[in-house]
Amino acid sequence: MGEIEIELRVNEAVTRSTVPPRLTLADFLRERCGLTGTHLGCEHGVCGACTVLLDGDAVRSCLVFAVQADGHDVTTIEGLDGPDGSLSPVQQAFRDHHGLQCGFCTPGFVVTAEAFLRDNPDPTDDQIREAVSGNLCRCTGYQGILAALRAAADAVET
Amino acid sequence: MKPAPFDYHAPTTAEEAVALLAELGDTAKLIAGGQSLVPMLALRLAVFEHLVDLGRVENLRGIERVGDSLRVGATTTQSAVERSEVAADAVPLLARATPLIGHVQIRNRGTVGGSLAHADAAAEYPAVALALDAEMEVLSPTGRRTVASPDFFTGLWSTAVGDDELLTAVRFPVWSGRCGFAIREFARRHGDFAIAGAAVAVELDGDDRVRRGTIALFGLGPSAQRSDPAEAALGGAAVDDVDADELGQVAVASLDSVPSDLHGSSAYRRRVGAAMVADAWRAASEEARHG
Ligand SMILES: Cc1cc2nc3c(=O)[nH]c(=O)nc-3n(C[C@H](O)[C@H](O)[C@H](O)COP(=O)(O)OP(=O)(O)OC[C@H]3O[C@@H](n4cnc5c(N)ncnc54)[C@H](O)[C@@H]3O)c2cc1C
Ligand code: FES
Ligand code: FES
Repeated sequence: MGEIEIELRVNEAVTRSTVPPRLTLADFLRERCGLTGTHLGCEHGVCGACTVLLDGDAVRSCLVFAVQADGHDVTTIEGLDGPDGSLSPVQQAFRDHHGLQCGFCTPGFVVTAEAFLRDNPDPTDDQIREAVSGNLCRCTGYQGILAALRAAADAVET
Repeated sequence: MKPAPFDYHAPTTAEEAVALLAELGDTAKLIAGGQSLVPMLALRLAVFEHLVDLGRVENLRGIERVGDSLRVGATTTQSAVERSEVAADAVPLLARATPLIGHVQIRNRGTVGGSLAHADAAAEYPAVALALDAEMEVLSPTGRRTVASPDFFTGLWSTAVGDDELLTAVRFPVWSGRCGFAIREFARRHGDFAIAGAAVAVELDGDDRVRRGTIALFGLGPSAQRSDPAEAALGGAAVDDVDADELGQVAVASLDSVPSDLHGSSAYRRRVGAAMVADAWRAASEEARHG
């Protein structure tokens, strides 16, 4: 089965590769780009750990084939910090509010939160809950995560 | 958890896509948002030698008011519907159903055409299409045809779209007058497929009698379906004479293939379904009466 040449932007860098069509965007990012911050929990769309931004929209990278991302723009957790490596406001809020324990789910939550707060700078608590409803965490019990999002939203606002 | 190998095709026109389907036969499958197909490929519940991607077919996307209907291109994402003021204004039921679908990450990829063509028994859009008498535009290698929604959904995960055909758009009629619309569902967790749900559309005359009333059920059979007995009970009735709970009972009483699985027995689904019909009727009739 034929491999296909693709060219996409990953965290602002133009990336070229030749891939088998069945390679998911998640595996492409992890194996071809070495960006192992994108985690794979379920590999069939249920857990949200693999969330990345595709042309700015939060998507599950285990449900996108790399060939479908040809010509598009991808941002992963590695692309969210400042040029000097400083944490983004959302990342800082997760740290401050104990929004993580083992950290497995964290990239998915942070990437989802980045897109959500960009589009909803002044969210209600219910909107925050709904926004992360597609991400599973087996450790925190979610309260720290919700507190982190609240804090990040309030920080953006002021 | 890795899909089996396949060849990838990325046509740029709808005609090219159906020509590919005709040429490759049943070894090929269309992929739109991939939010139903890719999980099935990953779990190897489905294996295809060829995937034909609709993602690069430009003229299949968009939401447009055309006369008395809202035309939604097949590859329009669920998120685009969610953001569309035109859609919210013209077809409130479609707009209200959309946030109930999965989660934001799913809706950013999942398409209107994919939801209808996949025709999951518990999916929201097929019920919306049925409740509003939507029409589907289908392209085949030999031409275009229009399929009315009752003829479109033919059973469990199956539709009138043939193996070499493509759903290009769906037209939702715009209801005007004293109308109300509601969709209600119960799911174990937010974003899950519903255990059972109902969509209600109603139009009242000047005397608060039902001029038009439709009830579509989902999660309560092999595919979404209209409830003929409940609609018959509504026909011409004064809105005050309709007992919402009774209407719910009537809607589920004669169902004969309510699914039963680890999420709920068919008896439980029936009870939930009746409650969803009652709730949706209350909200829709209230809106029709008071705007
Ligand atoms: C975690 C999760 C939760 C979800 N929850 C819900 C939910 O609550 N409610 C709900 O309704 N859905 C839910 N979904 C499914 C989601 O809405 C899918 O997006 C939708 O069912 C299919 O749309 P798609 O564009 O992704 O289609 P794809 O997955 O690409 O395709 C699905 C099927 O439709 C066919 N197809 C696609 N487009 C066309 C076309 N234009 N013409 C002919 N055939 C076509 C494909 O060949 C395939 O057989 C969920 C999915 C996930 C992963
Ligand atoms: S790994 Fe993609 S959703 Fe779980
Ligand atoms: S911190 Fe461990 S899964 Fe969320």
